[in-house]
Amino acid sequence: MALKDFPVEECVLQGSAACPGCPATIALRTVIKALGKNIIMCVPACCTSVIESLWPKTSFNFPVMNIAFEAAAAGASGVEAALRQQGKEDTTVLAWAGDGGTYDIGIQALSGAIERGTNFIYICYNNQIYSNTGIQRSGATPYAAWTTTTVTGKTEFRKEFGDIIRAHHPPYAAQACVSYPEDLYKKVKKAKSIKGPKYIEILAPCPPAWRFSMERTVEMGRLAVETGAWVLYECENEVMTFNGKSKLILEKKIERKPIEEWIKYQGRFSHLFKPEKDSKRIKVLEEHIDQMWERYRQCYK
Amino acid sequence: MTIMIDTGNHIAAKAAVMAKPDVVAAYPITPQTTLVEGIASFKAAGEFTGEYICVESEHSAMSACIGASAAGSRVFTGTSSHGLLLMHEMLHWAALARLPIVMCNINRVVGPGWNIWADENDSISQRDTGWIQFYCSSNQEIFDTVIQAFKLAEHEKISLPVMISYNAFVLSHTSMPVDIPEQKVIDDFLGKYKPQWKLDVKNPITFGNIIGPVGYFNVRKAMINAHENALKLIPQIAQEWKQKSGYYHGGLIEEYKCDNAEYILLCMGAIGAESKVAIDEMKKKGIKIGLARVRTFRPSPIDEFIRLGNKADLIVIDRNISPGLGGALFAEVKSAIYDKSDAKVYGFIAGLGGTDVTYKDIETMCKKAINGKAKESELYGVVEV
Repeated sequence: MALKDFPVEECVLQGSAACPGCPATIALRTVIKALGKNIIMCVPACCTSVIESLWPKTSFNFPVMNIAFEAAAAGASGVEAALRQQGKEDTTVLAWAGDGGTYDIGIQALSGAIERGTNFIYICYNNQIYSNTGIQRSGATPYAAWTTTTVTGKTEFRKEFGDIIRAHHPPYAAQACVSYPEDLYKKVKKAKSIKGPKYIEILAPCPPAWRFSMERTVEMGRLAVETGAWVLYECENEVMTFNGKSKLILEKKIERKPIEEWIKYQGRFSHLFKPEKDSKRIKVLEEHIDQMWERYRQCYK
Repeated sequence: MTIMIDTGNHIAAKAAVMAKPDVVAAYPITPQTTLVEGIASFKAAGEFTGEYICVESEHSAMSACIGASAAGSRVFTGTSSHGLLLMHEMLHWAALARLPIVMCNINRVVGPGWNIWADENDSISQRDTGWIQFYCSSNQEIFDTVIQAFKLAEHEKISLPVMISYNAFVLSHTSMPVDIPEQKVIDDFLGKYKPQWKLDVKNPITFGNIIGPVGYFNVRKAMINAHENALKLIPQIAQEWKQKSGYYHGGLIEEYKCDNAEYILLCMGAIGAESKVAIDEMKKKGIKIGLARVRTFRPSPIDEFIRLGNKADLIVIDRNISPGLGGALFAEVKSAIYDKSDAKVYGFIAGLGGTDVTYKDIETMCKKAINGKAKESELYGVVEV
């Protein structure tokens, strides 16, 4: 569906406490347009617990339950069971968590909920750091990125979390990016139509954490895909389909852009460029991305 | 009424299922396992028609209970020891969310080293979470308290989660005859659960978002009010259940032969049942002693402690310890009666690690206090190894 044809009604309302250029808000706005208001959302500690604004007000026009950091998927399991008992299975249960609440502290509850076949959509908006607590490293932070706890750059690679999810064989798993709202909308719609556990991860470039100016959020997402640092795909009943530019990169119909094209705009990688260029670490980043794509090509071409 | 001869855990499962919860979410831990197995069996037999979520941890068990309860369901779970400790964060969450979840906790030692016997440090460690806490001394009391707990938790003046604790093995795995009322009796007693708030697409609210200091203090005040209401409602609901079922185990406390007592023994859980034997034995010997078994640890029955302190000197036996302070019940009794009563209070810490506490042990402790040979607070029954 084209952007102009998205539903007009807004459920993510004005008066939110999001930062300017916030990708989580862009993503949530698209997601709720795709799902409609017949949802119950479960939110662990993350930026969204601030974005939703202060009690007794709210900026979300649908029912929301806040829950502890590691508990989004388990809390959603309880909501789902309750709705089934009440015969309200038409209501979509949505767990909406950041990468810290998904990759790290929430992985156990998420793994358990998928394994149990919980009928819900779990969405991770991935800004690659603990942003709400002030930019600390997470399992999703890429190699060499500065955070307040990786002051000279992270020395480890990020987890391939999509692989971990797909190893659970859910009926639907997808990766999207805020910069491609039509693709995200389509994926959420499809997830809604499928029974069982659905996982969608949305890359969410975060201006204050990645250290880029707030008007470049969409551009940073696009460059992540074009450089191959982020992959758009969906995996429905074990069948992998790569989407958009990721499909072209996989099939080698286009060359992915050099990683420098993405990282040079981000202050979190500025130590790779000054006082002098750190070609070694940039090469490590490039090679890591190449290896990922080779793996995908071997498995899914 | 039919008589069921079974273990504390199976009796708890029977009571839970007869309360007709919509959702049970639980994770197995010794010695709670036969409770959740019991619920699984009732589910397989069609006697339990609610949802049974086999979660991957106790943290998720309580989180799922919170989700289900927030969505308007009647909810039950059970755990023990390390499982309860893993839930700790979510116990606070459930209570502050004012969700009427009912949970059985089988009191078991906390490791290391691994030990599965009776000890109350697991639930004592949860005393500040806002949960109402009951301690049972027989399988009949387990059954009756589970039923009463749903009524209490869901009462409009309470809306708090309730924990029912009973000792590992001494009750959880010991068979006793229990009178089981007809289903209709329980249905009439509990009625249908009417949540005071819930997640509802027709009335969208955001629950639990950021709240400032002033708002939060009000949340706490409301919780304190609910606990104060519970002090009145717990005895009232116990009386109502007595009318329906014929069974009564006391209100906040159960008094046993306290008339004309010069000494009153206070304790909780299974030691309370053994204490009745000890009281009878001492009465035969002419000792003027009675028993006040504490059923409700939270809310704390402060006025009852003061009343007892104005009748007699008090001897407290704790199967728990707050290291660096002493027994939890002892400390609370002393604090409650300070400046309100001149009673002497003696504290014994006994039965830690699941060591046996027999009526003879209880008699020995009481006599030591009565003969003026006890310290203000001391350990009893430590055998050097």
